[in-house]
Amino acid sequence: MNGRRNLINNLLFGLGLALMIAALYMVFMYVPTEKSMGIVQRIFYFHVSLAWVSFLAFLVTFVFSICYLRKRLLKWDYIAHASAEVGVVFTTLVLITGPIWAKTAWGIWWTWDARLTTSLVLWLTYIAYLLVRGYATEPARGARFGAVVGIVGFIDVPIVFLTVNVWRTQHPTTIIFTDGITAPMLMTLVVCIAAFTVLYVLLTAQGAGLKSLETSIKRLKIRRTG
Amino acid sequence: MSTFARIITIFWKDILTELRAREVVTSVLVFSLLVVVIFSFAFSTRIDTAELVAPGILWAALTFGGVLGFNHTFAVEKENSRLEGLMLCPVDRAVIYWGKLAGSFTFTMVVAIIITPIFLALFNLPLFLPRLLLVIGLASLGFAAVGTLFSAVAINTRARDIMLPVLFLPVVVPVVVAAVRATAVVLADKSWSDMLTWLQIMIAFDIVYLVVSTLVFDFVVEE
Repeated sequence: MNGRRNLINNLLFGLGLALMIAALYMVFMYVPTEKSMGIVQRIFYFHVSLAWVSFLAFLVTFVFSICYLRKRLLKWDYIAHASAEVGVVFTTLVLITGPIWAKTAWGIWWTWDARLTTSLVLWLTYIAYLLVRGYATEPARGARFGAVVGIVGFIDVPIVFLTVNVWRTQHPTTIIFTDGITAPMLMTLVVCIAAFTVLYVLLTAQGAGLKSLETSIKRLKIRRTG
Repeated sequence: MSTFARIITIFWKDILTELRAREVVTSVLVFSLLVVVIFSFAFSTRIDTAELVAPGILWAALTFGGVLGFNHTFAVEKENSRLEGLMLCPVDRAVIYWGKLAGSFTFTMVVAIIITPIFLALFNLPLFLPRLLLVIGLASLGFAAVGTLFSAVAINTRARDIMLPVLFLPVVVPVVVAAVRATAVVLADKSWSDMLTWLQIMIAFDIVYLVVSTLVFDFVVEE
C-alpha cells in the first residue's frame, strides 16, 4: 500500500517536473511575443493556469466537504483542507500576477470586474475557512466547521459573479490576443495548465498525507502519556 | 406541537429575553448610528453629494451593525449552558435554526426601521420611501440567514468576536452590492424596473442561503 503510494507520488513528481520545465521553456523561449502587449503578456500563461487551478482546488474542497459531512471519513477532510490551503496560495498568486499584467495591458492595477472581484471574494472566503479551522476549539469541530464554510462559501461564487457582472456592466473586456489565439500560444497555455494541475494534485496529496501523519502522531502521544 | 409552533416558541423566547434585557437592539442601534456619523465625516458629505454616497453609508452601517447583532445570536446561549438546554429540546435542529433566524431577522429589521428614517433625515432625503422597506426586508433576511449560521460556528472558536465578521462579510457581498444599488434606485426615485434585477438577486440569495443553512446547521451544532 505504502510502496504503491510512493510510486504514484514519484511518478506525479516526475511528470510535474517535466511539464513545469516544458512550460517554462515554452513561455520564455518558444511562444512568440504578443504584438500589442509585448513581453508582459507572457505572464498570462501562468496567471490563467493558476486561476484555473485555484478554482479547481475550491471545487475539490466543496465536494470533499460534502463527502466528509455525509460519511465522516477523516481522509476526506484532509483532502478538503489541503486543497483549500493550495487554493489560497494559488489565488494569492493569481491576485499578484493579475495586476502586473493589467497595469501594462489596461493601464490600471485593479478593476472591479466580475472575474477580479469574484477571485478576491473567494480568496477572503477561503482565508476565513483556514482561520475557522485554526481557531476551532478542537480538531473535530474544526473539520465540521471547515466543511460547512467550504460548502457555504463555494455556493456564493456564482451569485457573486452574477451580481458583480450586473453591477459593472462597463467592465473592460479581457483582450488577451489582438490577433486571436495562435497555435503556439494555445499549446503553451495547455502545457502550462497541465503543469500547474499536476503540481496542484501533488501538493494536495502531500498536504493531505501530512495531516494524516500529524493525526497519527497526536494519537501516539496521547497513548503514551494517557 | 406543529413545526411552526415550535419555531415560534424558540422565536418568542428570544423576543422575551430581548424585551427584558434590551441588549441587542439598543447596542446595535447606537453602533449603527455611530457608523453613519463616522462615514459622513469620512466622506465629508454635502447635500449635493448625499445621493451618491448615502446608499453606501446606510448599508455599511446596517452591515456592520448586523455583524454586531449576529455575534449576540448564539453568544447569549453560551451563558449558563443555555445552548445545551436548547439542544436538548426534542425538536429538529432545523427548527432551532429557524427559531433563532426569526429572532435575528426581527432584531435586524427593528434596527433598520429605526435607523433608516434618522439617516434619511440627517442627509435631508425624503423620509417616506415604502419601497426601501422591501429592500431592507430582503437584505435583512439574507443577512440573518448567513449570520445565524455563522454565529453558531463562531461561538465555538477562539477569538469568536473576530471570526464572525471574517466569515460573514465575504459571503454577504452580493447582498450588500444589490442592496446598495436598489437603495440608490429608490433614493433617485426611479422606476421599479430599474431595481428589479437587484431584488431578484437578493431573493435568489435569500432562498439559496435559507435552504443551504437549514441543511448544514445540524453539522454545526451537533455534539
